[in-house]
Amino acid sequence: MSAPHFVVHDNTDSVGVVVVETVEANTEMTGWVMETDETITITALDAIPIGHKVALFDIAEGADIMKYGHDIGKTVSAIGKGNHVHTHNLKTKKW
Amino acid sequence: MATPKSFTGFRRENGRVGIRNHVVILPLDDLSNAACEKIANNVKGTIALPHHYGRLQFGADLDLHFRTLIGTGCNPNVAAVIVVGIEPSWTNRIVDGIAKTGKPVEGFWLERNGEHKVVMEASRRAQELSQDASEKQREECPIEDLWVSVKCGESDTTSGLGSNPTVGNFIDKMDPLGVTSCFGETSEITGAETVCQQRGSTPEIGQKFFNTWQAYMDEVIEPHKTSDLSESQPTAGNIEGGLTTIEEKAFGNLEKIGKKTSYIDVLEPAEAPSKGAGLYFMDTSSAAAECVTLQAAAGFAVHLFPTGQGNVIGNPIEPVIKLTANPRTAREMGEHVDLDVSGILRREMNFDEAGDRLIDITVRTCNGRLTAAEALGHREFVMTKLYRSA
Repeated sequence: MSAPHFVVHDNTDSVGVVVVETVEANTEMTGWVMETDETITITALDAIPIGHKVALFDIAEGADIMKYGHDIGKTVSAIGKGNHVHTHNLKTKKW
Repeated sequence: MATPKSFTGFRRENGRVGIRNHVVILPLDDLSNAACEKIANNVKGTIALPHHYGRLQFGADLDLHFRTLIGTGCNPNVAAVIVVGIEPSWTNRIVDGIAKTGKPVEGFWLERNGEHKVVMEASRRAQELSQDASEKQREECPIEDLWVSVKCGESDTTSGLGSNPTVGNFIDKMDPLGVTSCFGETSEITGAETVCQQRGSTPEIGQKFFNTWQAYMDEVIEPHKTSDLSESQPTAGNIEGGLTTIEEKAFGNLEKIGKKTSYIDVLEPAEAPSKGAGLYFMDTSSAAAECVTLQAAAGFAVHLFPTGQGNVIGNPIEPVIKLTANPRTAREMGEHVDLDVSGILRREMNFDEAGDRLIDITVRTCNGRLTAAEALGHREFVMTKLYRSA
């Protein structure tokens, strides 16, 4: 099994985590969904650092982001499939 | 890999088992640090634990101060203790608390004696304790004598994906064997508090956790909160590592307690477990050294510390085992890492294998192998203070 570019915890998640050290924009990425052991592919629209998240589908502004099968915050702008998801477009609901 | 049935440790007078054999020179208060450091410098095989507090504290904050110092002295990794304070009354409270374990402990105070006399007399006694402790032998102990604490730090998304679930796999395998374990980090459960509540062994225990979390929110967060708690939750390191919100950090954090283990009670900071073997939640700060200091004071003998970006913490009496799933951290900060589980993220290793490797390095550490933090001399001993002194 080749090493994936990104890993997804749960098959209901809206984001995956990049686990290789360099992803440039337009990289064809393979992803591993841990829960189901599936392999999926996505084209990165941005450069994404290791550990940072990629959107698995188009997400509207104000929507919940799911990771670990749970709600981890809300978007503050629309996010396209393959975009970098981080503090510029995802905020906590707690404080 | 077969799960281990035993390890070798130092059985103490009260039956608890330690994995180290320290003679501690313990200051009651900030004023006594200098004397303690002189004594530890005079006598090989002893270690001073300087800290910042102990004067004009009151109420619950003072109770915690005493509980932490007495608990530190009672920890089974400690063979014997010298206590030094400014005056006899509070010094003897610490001595009497530690003496209940049956281990050798003696107090000295600076008022009416002066530092030279205290250092000379305490050094003589410390030398006897150090030489006596050096004769203690390790013996074979059943695995249920092992007390393990867990807490993560400088987390990033690789923590939730790899190193924290590795600790979770360890807990799920060791809990049925009768190991006693502890997780904490009240602030960092925020976002996952209802999921954590459901992991209590009974609805009452789950509610006890939730009340503890809610009290923290009401008493600490609400009066003082700022956006993202001033880059504290998440931290700048967390964000650099890809974490975005406290909720994301919390769900990653909670991976440390595994998939099936329930916690059987909720502890006050530095409170020793009293319901027998099992997993406990302790109300702690999420700052690494504060949390591990409280867990060590509750009697835990070895600590599992998953890190993403590379926290370097150690503790003077409780060995801290570090693991990381971040390949960059493993490569660039290898001298701080006891176990590299970055293979999980390359699909080269599964959680079962990673958990077995963590069990292996833990047993070897218990048997005497120095952790990276011990070899590097990390001794972060940080008291938790609840509010301003009088």
